[in-house]
Amino acid sequence: MKVKSLADLRKIKDEVHEKIKLREQSENAEQIVQIKVAMATCGIASGAKEIMSYIIDELDYSGIDGVVTQTGCMGYCYAEPTIEVKLPGKAPVVYGFVTKGKAKEIIERYIIKGELVDGVIPVTYRTIDE
Amino acid sequence: MKELSLHILDIVQNSIRAKASKIELRITEDIDNNQFEIQITDNGIGMDKVFLDKVTSPFVTSRKTRNVGLGISLLKQNAEQSGGFFTINSESNKGTIIKAVFEHQNIDRPILGDVAGTMTLLIGANPQIHFIYLHKKELEQFYFDTEEVKNEIDTIPIQHPDILKALKELINENLNDIKATIN
Ligand SMILES: Nc1ncnc2c1ncn2[C@@H]1O[C@H](COP(=O)(O)OP(=O)(O)OP(=O)(O)O)[C@@H](O)[C@H]1O
Ligand SMILES: [Mg+2]
Repeated sequence: MKVKSLADLRKIKDEVHEKIKLREQSENAEQIVQIKVAMATCGIASGAKEIMSYIIDELDYSGIDGVVTQTGCMGYCYAEPTIEVKLPGKAPVVYGFVTKGKAKEIIERYIIKGELVDGVIPVTYRTIDE
Repeated sequence: MKELSLHILDIVQNSIRAKASKIELRITEDIDNNQFEIQITDNGIGMDKVFLDKVTSPFVTSRKTRNVGLGISLLKQNAEQSGGFFTINSESNKGTIIKAVFEHQNIDRPILGDVAGTMTLLIGANPQIHFIYLHKKELEQFYFDTEEVKNEIDTIPIQHPDILKALKELINENLNDIKATIN
């Protein structure tokens, strides 16, 4: 079915509602993966939009509970696109030069299996400016 | 930037940083006058006169992570290179209006591109913000308002991936209907 009007949106509402109920039973805010994509001009010019959509789709596809949001300039313009990944109970990690391939690797190896994936930007100083 | 939709994404980031709770995108295609106009209005913290007068310079930013701010100057440059112009109006504690006008047929005008993707990405990442998108093409227009969407889906969060996917489709279908110039 094509979604074209608000009335069409109402029709898919019930389906989505069922899905949410199913998920809620297994969900716990602490268990959610949090990903932030740097979205300043340098990030956007380097492809942050595409990376963000890709990550949203991949998480959804893999059934991972995650929130993907945007953040300001993390100060690593030379390494855009950059993303910050925060696994439950772990310190946030920032990856630079994130391509779709890299994003896939981060999801499959770091997020799902907890393995180390290279491309991490060492945290010398951290000034996320919002 | 390859697409105007990326400039839009970028300029809206300024509005978000300025703590806007309502952001309106208005695109007007006036074929007769060969104009393609993008206007972004927010109700954020705005800028005072002194800051506003120098804001189109790349060396002006309020960022602490670096001392260049490129978003506005890039858009201005792009509009001017496409036979158009750029204006910005702002008032402290009231908000900001940015307008970039391009020659519709100018070979240097970037395509609009994936504006539906830009909108849904912004909505997903900032579900609390009230977004409006109005696209006018000659006598036809498409009006999109996240408050209307929220009323429709009531308890379901607007940032749910299925809702965002549906909204992207809704925007694209309607833009197609009014024959909006995307590419
Ligand atoms: N909508 C707005 N409301 C309030 N202040 C704004 C707005 N847009 C821009 N500004 C101010 O103008 C400055 C310059 O904006 P510009 O987009 O050119 O660069 P930037 O956002 O600082 O950095 P960059 O865009 O390169 O990531 C901003 O740092 C901010 O202080
Ligand atoms: Mg900016």
